[in-house]
Amino acid sequence: MRRVLALQELLGPAAVVLIAALLGAAVSTSNEAYFTDALVKVAIVVALYVFIGNSGVLSFGHISFVALGAWAAGVLSVPVSEKPAIMPNLAHVFRDRTTGNLTSLLIAALVGGVCALVVGLPLMRLSGLAAGIATFGVLEITHNLLRYEEKVGPGLNTFSSVPETTTLRQAAFGALVAVVVAFVYARSRFGRILRATREDAAAARAVGASVYRQRLVAFTISGLVAGLAGGLYVHLLPLNTESVYLDLTFITLAMLVIGGATSLWGAVVGALAVSALDSYLAVAENGTSLFGWHIDLPAGTRVIVVGVLMAVVLILRPTGLTGGREFRLWPRPA
Amino acid sequence: MMLAFLNIDWQTLADATALGAIYALMAVGIGLVFGVLRLVNFAYGQLVMAGAFALALASQWGWPVWAGIVLCFASVLVLSVLMDRLVFRPLRGHSPAVMLVATFAVAFLMQSIALLWFGPLGKIASSLAYLNRPVTVGSVDIRKITIVAVVVAVVCMLALTLLLERTTICLHIRSAALDFQTARMLGVRADRVIGLAVGLSGALAAVVAVLLTVQTPLVTPDFALRDTIIVLAGVVLGGMNRLIPATLGGFSIGFATGLLGGALPTNQSQYIPSFVFGAVILVLLVRPSGLFTRGRVVERV
Repeated sequence: MRRVLALQELLGPAAVVLIAALLGAAVSTSNEAYFTDALVKVAIVVALYVFIGNSGVLSFGHISFVALGAWAAGVLSVPVSEKPAIMPNLAHVFRDRTTGNLTSLLIAALVGGVCALVVGLPLMRLSGLAAGIATFGVLEITHNLLRYEEKVGPGLNTFSSVPETTTLRQAAFGALVAVVVAFVYARSRFGRILRATREDAAAARAVGASVYRQRLVAFTISGLVAGLAGGLYVHLLPLNTESVYLDLTFITLAMLVIGGATSLWGAVVGALAVSALDSYLAVAENGTSLFGWHIDLPAGTRVIVVGVLMAVVLILRPTGLTGGREFRLWPRPA
Repeated sequence: MMLAFLNIDWQTLADATALGAIYALMAVGIGLVFGVLRLVNFAYGQLVMAGAFALALASQWGWPVWAGIVLCFASVLVLSVLMDRLVFRPLRGHSPAVMLVATFAVAFLMQSIALLWFGPLGKIASSLAYLNRPVTVGSVDIRKITIVAVVVAVVCMLALTLLLERTTICLHIRSAALDFQTARMLGVRADRVIGLAVGLSGALAAVVAVLLTVQTPLVTPDFALRDTIIVLAGVVLGGMNRLIPATLGGFSIGFATGLLGGALPTNQSQYIPSFVFGAVILVLLVRPSGLFTRGRVVERV
């Protein structure tokens, strides 16, 4: 019975993802892009949740795994004939082959996971502010290298001519995969021990939990999910190094914090709610009407509104909209 | 001899020292607030940005230099007090991570307000541009701003040291930075101490704004953003808990960035952020509590 009831923690987030996908299928083609984008954001925020939510350690570095996944998928799936045009200095290994869509996504996830493991091996020893700054350093280094290293990508240019295969259906599927992975991890022995270290590191150590090892596991898994999300992202729209840097870090962290960082439900709700608001404001920046009022917001209002919202949520409700609790229709049996 | 080998001339050395001095000032500004509030102010660079825009507007309106500097100080101080009242005060006592994320939000908020207000191309603050002209010291040409920056930084540090060592209220700041709860029990007034720390930190941001606009007259919404990220890394590198290590950390990272930037050819100097942050991560791994601190900080149960 308890196991069946636990499933609702998976079904809630999954259902919301599906509803978003169905809504996206119902609206016009021009608005569908907003829903696809929102679903990719869900995958990124769930990746953040797997590490930040379960460990309680802040990471500014996850967008670098999104970026690396995006670069891997992008470099591999640009058609061979177009590679010399947009990436003239590409290394030979990548120049003469392209892979299919699914393969590129799997490789993106793998790249994200392996890089997270390699980065995590030294970094997971840190906690608190040192961890925040060090992961920020990872983001800076990744951004810097991808920007100037033209052997592995387009450098300063934009990743054009990547096949745009991330449809609404594929984005929804990717988000669902992320949700399932996060759920299974959180229910597993590893996830439980990591949350124990989050609540009280000293007590968890005292009963034999290795804080370092558990954080490393979570970091690697969240790197995998982030890499996958990056693969989806590069197949969605033409990226450059600036689109997977500070702005994306800010908006995804805002989504996680607004939703509630300590639960999967919070991550999904936050990502979708902020995406909805953000997309609505994006439409409003081009002029729209609401309840008969004509609204025409100046460009740039979006970030202001999201920033204010994030600050207000942090001040009034630091555990987020969901209170950091998982989705439950029925209370836990006594 | 060594310097010649590394292809570093006096101008580079002087510029690196000036950059280090400016970063040291920013480090003190961040460290003062961290000392009393345990809050890492990611939005510090946006205070500098606001001050720089004030200078740019003043020079656009044709105000005299002193009026521009007054406007710069006034706007930065008002903004710091607002930031304290609206964001820092409600968040007092939350975990450092929550506060860091909140200031991250404030930083983006201020940046997008500036974007909305002034546009992405920015404005030019030109009233102090004459400080960019070189003077000849001995046989070396050094830009005036380099000397001004170093002198201003040293004067600020000395004044601050005097203030922190010799006055009662600043004794309160120092005691609050060591142990806020005990200090309050002994009669230190929390709001006054925090208000003063925020004010001093704002004043330093205004000084930095004046110095930085001379070096980079084009003021854009992301003005000082990169500098703040580097200074934050430097502050954590030096040791967040005390002012002097934090300042030293800020100076060293500025000096190192400036030196590498001047000494390396462009195709290598574009990788400076990677070098710097790689070094920061390495140091953090070896000494998580900071390079210039003594002893180990052990988390107590």
